[in-house]
Amino acid sequence: MRLHKSPFRAKTLTFAAMTALISAGSALADDPAARGETPESQKGYDLSARSDRSDAGYGDSKVDARMVLRNQAGQESIRNFSFTTLEREDETVGDKSLIVFQSPRDVEGTALLSHAKILDPDDQWLFLPALKRVKRISSSNKSGAFVGSEFAFEDFTITELNKFTYAYVGEEEYGGMTVDVIERFPRYEKSGYTKQKTWVDQDIFQPRKLEFYDRKGELLKTLTLSDYRDYNGIWRAHTLSMVNAQNGKRTDLVYDTYTFKNGLDSGDFQQGILTRLR
Amino acid sequence: MKRVLLSALAVWLPFSASAGEWDFGAEVAAELRYFPNDPSFPGQLRHVQPSFSVQTDIRWETEDRSHQLVVIPFVRVDGQDDERTHYDLREGYYRFNADNGWSLTLGAAKVFWGKTESRHLVDIINQTDSVEDVDEEDKLGQPMANLTLLNDWGTIDLFVMSGFRDRTFAGIDGRPRFGAVIDTDNPIFVRDDRRKAVDLAARYSHYLGNWDFGISVFHGTSREPRFALTAGGQTILPVYDKITQGGIDVQYTQDAWLWKFEAIVREGQGDVFFAGVGGFEYTIYQLFGSNFDLGLLAEYQYDGRDEGFVLENFGPTTASPITFANNDVFAGARLAFNDMQDTAILAGATVDADDQFLGVFIEAERRLGSSWTAELETRLFLNADPGNAAFPIRADDFMTFRLTRFF
Repeated sequence: MRLHKSPFRAKTLTFAAMTALISAGSALADDPAARGETPESQKGYDLSARSDRSDAGYGDSKVDARMVLRNQAGQESIRNFSFTTLEREDETVGDKSLIVFQSPRDVEGTALLSHAKILDPDDQWLFLPALKRVKRISSSNKSGAFVGSEFAFEDFTITELNKFTYAYVGEEEYGGMTVDVIERFPRYEKSGYTKQKTWVDQDIFQPRKLEFYDRKGELLKTLTLSDYRDYNGIWRAHTLSMVNAQNGKRTDLVYDTYTFKNGLDSGDFQQGILTRLR
Repeated sequence: MKRVLLSALAVWLPFSASAGEWDFGAEVAAELRYFPNDPSFPGQLRHVQPSFSVQTDIRWETEDRSHQLVVIPFVRVDGQDDERTHYDLREGYYRFNADNGWSLTLGAAKVFWGKTESRHLVDIINQTDSVEDVDEEDKLGQPMANLTLLNDWGTIDLFVMSGFRDRTFAGIDGRPRFGAVIDTDNPIFVRDDRRKAVDLAARYSHYLGNWDFGISVFHGTSREPRFALTAGGQTILPVYDKITQGGIDVQYTQDAWLWKFEAIVREGQGDVFFAGVGGFEYTIYQLFGSNFDLGLLAEYQYDGRDEGFVLENFGPTTASPITFANNDVFAGARLAFNDMQDTAILAGATVDADDQFLGVFIEAERRLGSSWTAELETRLFLNADPGNAAFPIRADDFMTFRLTRFF
């Protein structure tokens, strides 16, 4: 028996995941419980829904990513990976995604395949290249760190509109833009957060900043999203910086140029492809 | 093997002019093993075993990934054991991936089947490179033609193999080993010239909801040899039989629980026998509010193969390949630090329910910088009765320190 030389703490990463981070298109029907009853909650929900829907119809995407982890002492650690996603075919299934690591070299070729579900836990398989082993893994770890970074799994995965309730806070100026400030509260179990606060611009309806509040209600970390680029109406942030307010660590996630509509289909996301990635 | 590679090359050359991407990598490792106890047998190294290994990794594939070429040679130079100084083509194949889901692999490749952690019963395609480690997880490249068919209803793998690979064993200087040295230069193939004969194998694997499963069959030369005692017990010859083996492997995944089971039925080595291993892996995420994950593992191992010796025309021979896992319980823990260096510790013990033989292992690993890793492994063989197959290795507890540079 060997240690699994995996950069993943063996868990989740799905939906339109990192690509969309909170803006993933979930054109599910409005959920009255998520929408709430007060004017503030309904406005927050409607604005989030507009942001959400701006992502629908992306088809599939491929992108190379670089994650730079920095600790308090300023030491850096870099992970390079490719990230491929397939938009769900209909509302009964979720997005599919595949991450393949290029570096660090000792985990090169490690891959994570995710089939997101709407209500059930996601299906996930890890490929360990040294053993040529495909292993189904648990997807129940939501608040854990992704590959040792300041990003938690749920930061990537829980992009479903209806998995939160909302509260509209008001308008603000942010980075020369007028933005709507919306608070949202996880409805799903095992979240590491009690609250998230989002700053969404009024021009292209994309999130520009997020604050994450821990289980004690204190600010845990801040995410800024920048370098938005337009791919025929689909917007993608190319620089995401997560700064932990409690331990001073920081993770920058930088995307290369996306390619959309590569002609991928569900066959490219079957479990059996893991052994032939490289 | 050569022929397979040449034909792979012939297929590949026409594509080399088209757009493709080369990737080169290498791992160079320095390793030091330390045996605290004096050896049990004359000739064995005393305490310190240094060695050095290099594995290079050469890959080429077209942009659409329809043609792939992989060449991964491995070599180890050992300061003590000549048998551990060895080289192997770990992988050396050409693969064609068709648009509609099938692929064909030609050449030396590695294939893993199975689900459980403490023992890999179902995994049979590749020979074990047992001089590398005692955990049977290092494998020799197996020449093969492998057709894979991906379907919505599961994956079918068909294998035709030749060019049998002999299992590696420690030489006279090596530890751990039995009292007599296994003479790997003079193996016995029982039925016919199994080295040139053809092995066949097939596997169907799929998943349904929380269930992942595989069903496999193998017909050909056993990767596990029996042992024949010759020259009055001074040497041991490996005996390779022709076998037929059916296997199943299943995993049920529910929240943080992974339930795993593997079983085989094998014909061709004594009476037809059944062997199984099953258990669970349960992970506690963010242990006590930290960033650590703790995985807890337990598995039960059963093996019904014949024990003792039979008299063959080449001498007294074990009735079946020796196993330590006939009625044993494994328990282990995996601690992942989830830090920038991916630090992890794995520890486990297997106890024989009949005579309480205890095999213990502890493995720790950490990345240093971006391209180095350091590993520390400990293996202990405790409480071995004279009747246990592990009795000869009772003094061979060892620690391995390995420093690897990745390029």
